[in-house]
Amino acid sequence: MELNDIDKSFLRNGSKYKGILSWLTSTDHKRIGLMYFYAVSFFFIAGGLLGGLMRLELLKPGQDVMTAQTYNAVFTVHGVIMIFLVVIPGLAAIFGNIVLPIMIGARDVAFPRLNLFSFYIYVIGAIFALLSQFVGNGAPDTGWTFYAPYSTDTNTNVVAAVFAAFVLGFSSILTGLNFIVTIHRMRAPGMTWFKMPLFPWSLYATAWIQLLATPIVGITLLMIIAERWFKIGFFDPNLGGDPILFQHLFWIYSHPAVYIMILPAMGVVTEIIPTFTKRRIYGYKAIAFSSIAIAAVGYLVWGHHMYTAGMSTTARWFFSLLTFIVAIPSAIKVFNWIATMYKGSISLEPPFYFTLAFIFNFMIGGLTGLVLGSLATDIHVHDTAFVVAHFHYIIFGGMGFAFLAALHYWFPKIYGRMYNKKLANLSCLLIFVGFTLLYFPQFIIGMEGMPRRYFDYVPEFQWGHVLSFFGAIILFIGFIVMIVNLYKSIRKGELAGNNPWGGKTLEWTIASPPTVENFEEIPVITNGPYEYK
Amino acid sequence: MENHSLTVEHRDDTASKMGMWLFIFTELLLFGGLFIVYSVYRSKYPDDFHIAAHQLNTFIGTINTIILLVSSMTVAMSVTAIKTGKKSLALTLIGITIFFAFLFLVNKYFEWGLKFEHHLYPGSELMLTLKRGELLFFGLYFFMTGLHAFHIIVGMIFLITIFFKVKSSEINADNNVLLENGGLYWHLVDLIWIFLFPLLYLIS
Repeated sequence: MELNDIDKSFLRNGSKYKGILSWLTSTDHKRIGLMYFYAVSFFFIAGGLLGGLMRLELLKPGQDVMTAQTYNAVFTVHGVIMIFLVVIPGLAAIFGNIVLPIMIGARDVAFPRLNLFSFYIYVIGAIFALLSQFVGNGAPDTGWTFYAPYSTDTNTNVVAAVFAAFVLGFSSILTGLNFIVTIHRMRAPGMTWFKMPLFPWSLYATAWIQLLATPIVGITLLMIIAERWFKIGFFDPNLGGDPILFQHLFWIYSHPAVYIMILPAMGVVTEIIPTFTKRRIYGYKAIAFSSIAIAAVGYLVWGHHMYTAGMSTTARWFFSLLTFIVAIPSAIKVFNWIATMYKGSISLEPPFYFTLAFIFNFMIGGLTGLVLGSLATDIHVHDTAFVVAHFHYIIFGGMGFAFLAALHYWFPKIYGRMYNKKLANLSCLLIFVGFTLLYFPQFIIGMEGMPRRYFDYVPEFQWGHVLSFFGAIILFIGFIVMIVNLYKSIRKGELAGNNPWGGKTLEWTIASPPTVENFEEIPVITNGPYEYK
Repeated sequence: MENHSLTVEHRDDTASKMGMWLFIFTELLLFGGLFIVYSVYRSKYPDDFHIAAHQLNTFIGTINTIILLVSSMTVAMSVTAIKTGKKSLALTLIGITIFFAFLFLVNKYFEWGLKFEHHLYPGSELMLTLKRGELLFFGLYFFMTGLHAFHIIVGMIFLITIFFKVKSSEINADNNVLLENGGLYWHLVDLIWIFLFPLLYLIS
């Protein structure tokens, strides 16, 4: 076998072209997934460095390294990059593409060329996002939410950023469309819906949100552009419009978008836990249906972003109630994960450590979400650093850690080589400690009244910002360790073999890295996905 | 190393149609955002909407409705024609559909042109003197019919591509899912117009 698997794999065999073109023209789902991975990693580093700049500015009260206007631009660009270019395509477009077809026993997605096309739409959107920084009257300064009427008035380069988000939305829609059809039509013979692994289930729920929510924000962003260019007045009170309507339309998408981020993360965790505890997942159907429930109810809770914006009391308590309801399926998943571990034979490998960190962070992020979801407490902490902390606990502590777990879990499958596990554990520890130190203090100073998106603050809050700054440094070091470890292992790591973790799902039955066609013969499925004894 | 074929040949018409239906859902929701805005402002300014709608040319609107309905029929007939192997009939019917689409755009051009002559367009000075509800109505009118016209153009390009594929027999009695999808898309364009027409033209 020696090296043969890597030479025979998709990594070395692409389309009819050679070199970089053989990647750029490949319709192989694994290659497209990896291209997303490299692009997303690039933007993650860019967005992360911008975040670091903000922490540096906030280290001391008053102006230090940048002006207030620059600060506004930096948090806007950080948000736009992280949300639209990193987190939304993160798990679905990268690991969804790489492992979804394999997990359901298919050779590719339903529409491989459309899949490549989605990637190019992503690239075009990314180019617009970058252009918005450098052309016109300066980088956008509206925040990633583009709230009207400021976004329709400011002289900065909002149109390019808004258009970038619009274009990226289409990439996301087409990926979702592709996955839904793939799951409906391409499952291996014998793989009924309830014999399908749970990561595909979560991608299925995610895909429906991508499909049904993204168009709303698409049209809303076009309205912003029309408002700026043609004064159609939809969101301008002077012309009879209503800025609150923008907030509604924006959050109709952008709240479900949070579930686009977190649902695949939950799916990843649901794959990892049975593998490292050698137990069948507890409550398979409950987990599968809770994904669908989160997608369905999550569509109807957008108003909880707007408690202080002016809504009727009835609407507010209704949105609050729905917000509490959407917490239930999330909690069901957590209980099931814990119950799966109970009496399992746990092997503490790096992906499992990342998963444990995920569960811990996700609990904090989820429960503080309820603080924000209930009417009375939200009024107190609305638009404070508390929201920033909650949001980052879900997106970074939740989705981000699940992403790293997925990366360490499927890395040997994708590259055929194993990384240094000790270094991986060290990077996990550093990232976890750095993360906690970075964001936890923000809960406290947020409760005490530190507003979000502020460039300056009163000295009472400095201790929190100082801790956050040091957290950011530890986090940065953690990522350096991780990147160096993984990068070296791609070239020099030990050969991993087909099934280094003892997993039971289909991707572990084929070569590492997989061949272009994944399966010599399409398998026939007779058992559920997690049949440990 | 080239012992595997690098492209996986695979044809699944049901999947293609399912993909098209899902895409149609997203298109409906895209317009859905505009329908929300419409309903909010119409309930806020019912009288202004009523007055402003008088300015629209119901005659051209009706003609265009008929044009789209008939073109929806011709494209549906072309699908049946190709399935029964009548290639030249199918080509004629697709051709007629494309011609109707073009006719729709010509009418739209004159309709919009007249509005511009009367200085009724977003951002015009006259517009800013109108009542707020009327201004919003015209904003919605141009946005919605503009986006719809864009979909007509996309549909036309789609149908022209299909026309040549039928001509070269790439689309034939056995393999015609692309034509069916083109037909589905064209019905969507028609369907959206069926909602736009009464909401914009017939509320006066």
